[in-house]
Amino acid sequence: MSTDTILGRLELLALIGIGGFAGSNLRYFTLGVLPDELALLVVNVLGSTVLGFLVYEAQYTGFVDRKSRIVFTTGFLSSLTTYSGFAFQTATAADPLALGGIVVGNYALGFAGVLVGRQVARITRKRGDRS
Amino acid sequence: MTTILGLEGVAVLVWLTLEAEPAHLVGTGGAIGAICRHLVYQRLAWETFPIATLTVNTVGSFVFAVVAFGDAGASAFHLIGIGACGAFTTFSSFSVETVQLWERGQRRRAAFNAGINLASALAGIAFAWLLTSGL
Repeated sequence: MSTDTILGRLELLALIGIGGFAGSNLRYFTLGVLPDELALLVVNVLGSTVLGFLVYEAQYTGFVDRKSRIVFTTGFLSSLTTYSGFAFQTATAADPLALGGIVVGNYALGFAGVLVGRQVARITRKRGDRS
Repeated sequence: MTTILGLEGVAVLVWLTLEAEPAHLVGTGGAIGAICRHLVYQRLAWETFPIATLTVNTVGSFVFAVVAFGDAGASAFHLIGIGACGAFTTFSSFSVETVQLWERGQRRRAAFNAGINLASALAGIAFAWLLTSGL
């Protein structure tokens, strides 16, 4: 269904909401099984890696259709990762070492995750070109 | 609030806050946060700088801190804090947009984006702390 119609827009919003429901619950589950700082680091890095792959895959090959990509990226992945929890952990860190670890860990590994996702998208494109 | 949601909406929110399981609260908040973020991105799209992500991360961090510092209760924290604010703000989009600025050769802008997101979010949290502690 086209996203230009009212029903299409409502369907898109509903799908984004379902993705948000699932993504935020997976983050909540991770917070339950890992220490808080490690849990947010894991979801932020994993989410950045997968989003990096999907964004560059869209540029290189476009195998995933636009609507599915919006639902998965805007709904699920962006709700799985969080900046507010990360910023709150930074603001309430027990000491400067913990503060530095939270900021550097999330930033460095998050950016590295995007580069890993980009590399996987490039490999996928090359394999697609050969076949 | 009542005019926006209607009485049914308020009743659902009251039910969620009083009765629902934490996972339902987090999920419902997450759905609301994700939809609100999508609407912000539709209205705030700059070609030159990812202003939408900066906006959601700043506003979401402020509201998250208001709920956390304000001792709003476990249910409200699950619904608004972990669910809505957690999903409204995004780390993955921030990471991808910063890397894209960097690889386009806009390295100062990428570094500025990394710094201003953290500085704005922390400023929002500090403002929330001042508000909730009665100035």
